[in-house]
Amino acid sequence: MATTSPPGVGLLKGLGVTIKQMFKPAVTQQYPHVKPDLPPRTRGVIALMDENCTVCMLCSRECPDWCIYIDSHKETVPPAKEGGRARTRNVLDRFAIDFALCMYCGICVEVCPFDALFWSPEFEYSEYDIDKLLHEKGKLREWMDTVPPPPALDEGADAPGEVATAIEKANQELEAAKAKAAEEARAKEQGEQAPAAGDAAAAAPAEPEVKAGEIDQETFDRLIAEGKSERIARSKAKAAYVKKEKQRLKEQAEQQAAAAPAAEEPKVEAGEIDQETFDQLIAEGKSERMARAKAKAAYVKKQKAKLRAEAEQAGGGDAVEAPAAEGSGEAAAGEAAPSAAPRKADIEVEGAGEIDQETYDALIASGKSERIARSKAKAAWVRKKKQEQMDAEGDA
Amino acid sequence: MSDMSTRETVMPGTAPGEDLLIEVTGDGDFQTADMQLSIGPAHPATHGVFRIILEMDGERVVDAHPVIGYMHRGFEKLAEHRDYRQIMALVNRHDWLSGFSNEMGVALAVERMLEMEVPERAQWIRMLIAEWNRILNHLMFTGSFALELGAITPMFYAFREREDIQHMLESATGGRLHFTYNQVGGLKIDLPKGFLRRSAELSAITRARLQDYKDLVLGSDIFQARTVGIGPLSTDVALSYGVSGPTLQATGIPEDSRVTEPYLKYGEIDVPVPVGENGDSFDRFYCLLHRIEASLDVIDQIHDHMPSGPVNVKLPKQVKAPEGATYVRTENPLGQLGYWLESDGGRTPWRLKMRTPSFSNVAVMPHLLRGTLVPDAISVLGSVFFVVGDIDR
Amino acid sequence: MSIAEMANAAAGLAQFSPAPSLLEIGDSFWLSAVLKIAVVLAVFFVVPLVVGYMEHKVMGHQQARLGPMEAGPHGSLQLVADGIKFIQKEDLIPSAADKWVFAIAPGVAMVPAILIFLVLPLGPGIWGVDFELGLFYALAVGSVTTLGILMGGWASANKFSLIGGLRAAAQLIAYELPLILAGIAVALQAGTLSLVGIVEAQSTFFIPGTEINLWYLFPQILGFGIFFIAAMAELARPPFDMPIADSELVFGYMTEYTGIKYAMYMLTEYAGMVSMSALMVVLYLGGWQLLPGVPMPGCGGSGNIFDCNALGVGLGVAVTLGKIMLLTFLMVWARTTYPRLREDQLQRFSWLVLVPLSLLNLAIIAVAKGVF
Repeated sequence: MATTSPPGVGLLKGLGVTIKQMFKPAVTQQYPHVKPDLPPRTRGVIALMDENCTVCMLCSRECPDWCIYIDSHKETVPPAKEGGRARTRNVLDRFAIDFALCMYCGICVEVCPFDALFWSPEFEYSEYDIDKLLHEKGKLREWMDTVPPPPALDEGADAPGEVATAIEKANQELEAAKAKAAEEARAKEQGEQAPAAGDAAAAAPAEPEVKAGEIDQETFDRLIAEGKSERIARSKAKAAYVKKEKQRLKEQAEQQAAAAPAAEEPKVEAGEIDQETFDQLIAEGKSERMARAKAKAAYVKKQKAKLRAEAEQAGGGDAVEAPAAEGSGEAAAGEAAPSAAPRKADIEVEGAGEIDQETYDALIASGKSERIARSKAKAAWVRKKKQEQMDAEGDA
Repeated sequence: MSDMSTRETVMPGTAPGEDLLIEVTGDGDFQTADMQLSIGPAHPATHGVFRIILEMDGERVVDAHPVIGYMHRGFEKLAEHRDYRQIMALVNRHDWLSGFSNEMGVALAVERMLEMEVPERAQWIRMLIAEWNRILNHLMFTGSFALELGAITPMFYAFREREDIQHMLESATGGRLHFTYNQVGGLKIDLPKGFLRRSAELSAITRARLQDYKDLVLGSDIFQARTVGIGPLSTDVALSYGVSGPTLQATGIPEDSRVTEPYLKYGEIDVPVPVGENGDSFDRFYCLLHRIEASLDVIDQIHDHMPSGPVNVKLPKQVKAPEGATYVRTENPLGQLGYWLESDGGRTPWRLKMRTPSFSNVAVMPHLLRGTLVPDAISVLGSVFFVVGDIDR
Repeated sequence: MSIAEMANAAAGLAQFSPAPSLLEIGDSFWLSAVLKIAVVLAVFFVVPLVVGYMEHKVMGHQQARLGPMEAGPHGSLQLVADGIKFIQKEDLIPSAADKWVFAIAPGVAMVPAILIFLVLPLGPGIWGVDFELGLFYALAVGSVTTLGILMGGWASANKFSLIGGLRAAAQLIAYELPLILAGIAVALQAGTLSLVGIVEAQSTFFIPGTEINLWYLFPQILGFGIFFIAAMAELARPPFDMPIADSELVFGYMTEYTGIKYAMYMLTEYAGMVSMSALMVVLYLGGWQLLPGVPMPGCGGSGNIFDCNALGVGLGVAVTLGKIMLLTFLMVWARTTYPRLREDQLQRFSWLVLVPLSLLNLAIIAVAKGVF
């Protein structure tokens, strides 16, 4: 099989290859002076959006290395509306990933149903001490700042699930809007003056947004003084700024909330079952497990109704429930409403999942990732809708 | 020499559970015995923890005893306690140079048991990534074989090429070695924008750069002097040992699962299979280098065929293969990879038996090494391409 | 031709008067000796480092890399840093080793490498001593280095080291012969074994019947090729690095060496590259002359290459070093390009190709010398 060129020619050709390469630029990347340009999908480090975590334990269970440690406790949240039932909520106490054990398979990120885990291409977290590779909740949260938006998909790809549903929704909405417009036009013809929905929306109080992108100068200076690189200092300072702002807003909200009379949530002991319901369900041929679960729910419902009725008799019905804390501090800050007004949470808003374009654009402009902007815009939309309805009721 | 006597003496403890018989020649004060040279488990030529004990007469190898198992990680047992998603992340680690092809084998096995219809686009993308993975693997061995023969430069060139390809694959899969891109029923996520354009670009670049290897290594007189006629493997012996991949193709058989038993969409395209003549080190390397070219041909064809559409199917929360068993064989970069998957209907396999190419290729080593010189032994060791993790599993 | 005959040939030059070295300080023997030793040691320790740096960079760029970049500007102090590191490393001696032999072997290898520099003319008047038997001395002393390698290989109590050491010895025996035969052809043409004399002879060698001055490279291009290949083989430079052969023998005779002793072996190798290159410069490339037939700036008149002022001396040294760099570059280039030969191929190549060719070369020169 050997080539049959005259002896020596092969040797000279070899010399030609190396000497030619000598005058071409080298491909060496001068790391750490020059940072590598890593694609957004790179599995560098796992970031945790702890607000999104519901302690479902899926990641921890699916992890092939069992390197995710989660601790939590249960908290009872007062019912969302009068006559509702108290919910128990898992509160995340500890979320830690041991990167000394992690095999970077990405299963945890993949299985997370609540978008709490993300991959970030950051990789510079090696340590001299293996213990330090155990990243706790705070550190994992910091990595969130480095998570890039997902790359656009190939032209031949199907649209991802969220986008596909969003498009479908948008189409439906368009239809609805058209129908509504037609209806309004008819209404106008009849000469009736209906309060324009748009005005109400404009009058809605603006959400005290924390503007991202700004940095906390104090933190920045301190980190620079500590000898951190500018890039790291900047990202940490940004995080610090956001944190501080949130803290401030939360405090404001708490002050407002403190001004309103707090109310005791009627406590109901869970775990008991409503025998009547249970027997009925069993008779209907349901499985015992299901019957038990439903009976429990029935018990809780009954108990609460009873307690509330008692409370109303005793206190003359002036008990006002504290607003339900929804997710992050921002939301809480935004929704601390005067006690006398009908609570926003009570108002049913249909069509969650739509986004508030204005908020969305503003967030995108302020440099938020598309994902974050979308979720916030959704929340903003819901808020606006509620405000509208509330205003409408107020007018009435 | 009538006054010379030959007897055998037992040398203990050189191989686990197996004492070696050493022939001692000569009488009185002048006794000679063969020298034993233990190459590995930590030796530059064994790239990994592979050990081979050479019995030598001077520099000539009288016999060779591969000692395997230093890197046994119990993959088959581990797989029995992992669900299929976790197995994807596991199997791309036994042959760490062919991560994607390994994952694909398991995915194909489960899909076959579930009688699942995998979307067309997913199948083509799987082929595309698998071929790039094959090129990555072959580039590595191109470099390392040259390095074992003392030429350092091809290794750096190979890594230059690998770097570009790995970066591209990373943009799609997030990984550089352990891609974990497969899932049962397709792929985790579609390719990012611009991937196919970059892939076409790199295909042209890599093809152009292959000429460097041909000039620097394949055409070099010294390289040929070191490899032509060294460690010849006959077709019969190769088949009896179950050798596959470039090592088998070098003996003149165009055996390639992609052609002889097409899986995915390999049946719809033309897969060139380079073959050698004598099965010597040179032919093995020749096949390896030309398989890169063949893979580039395949990649170019895949670009022309790439359909649009979904890349995965909706899966139940817990993928369970139905009760039964199946055997899937794929053409891995190093040869034939087989997964025998037996399920009792649970979420984990009841048994996952691996038939790895490196294991069979290494089995033929003693046969090839007998009678060679130490430098030739290295030439054979480097050209019977193996990955230690793939041997020991 | 035997060694005795060589000695006779040298003795035949009855009125040999050594060319004076510029490194003499008056009549003081001791001061002159100190100065000479200082110059030789400086050359021995500095030039190999420069060559090593050149090798780092050339190999790097030929392999699409940058080479060292961190220690000093563009990594220029990398080898100094390496040297400091080697000094700090633990000096390990295997328990089964032949301790004394193991300890002195690197020295035995290194000292002859220093001694060669004593006779190498680096510029007009820049040499330690102008021996009558300079070439003989350089080749003889240079081959002692292999003894140090063999000792190290034997004393390490390691099979890889032993094979490496034996390979080195076999290689030396095989390649010393073509090396000497090629050298003899030069001595024959120059009519002297003195290295300074050979340089001088090249400045006065004309193509017969013309006025065109030529270095010995041109009439003895075959001899130069043989000498170059044999020198690389003697130095165990790739593609003839079987005594080290890292993929076969781990690191050959150096497998068990650490720290400063390892550094001594490495320095010996690079000093060997420099001294062999310097020898080739003297034998074939006209020593410190800039171009054949062109008078050196700063030196008196055409053909006179000794009577130089400071500029001429400086330029001469620079030219010699430049030529050494060029030759070592060729060695590095071969290293990046070629795989390693097999030991038996190496032997066959020497005995069946190089030795007959060098005899042929010698015969041609002898006949030509007789005819013209």
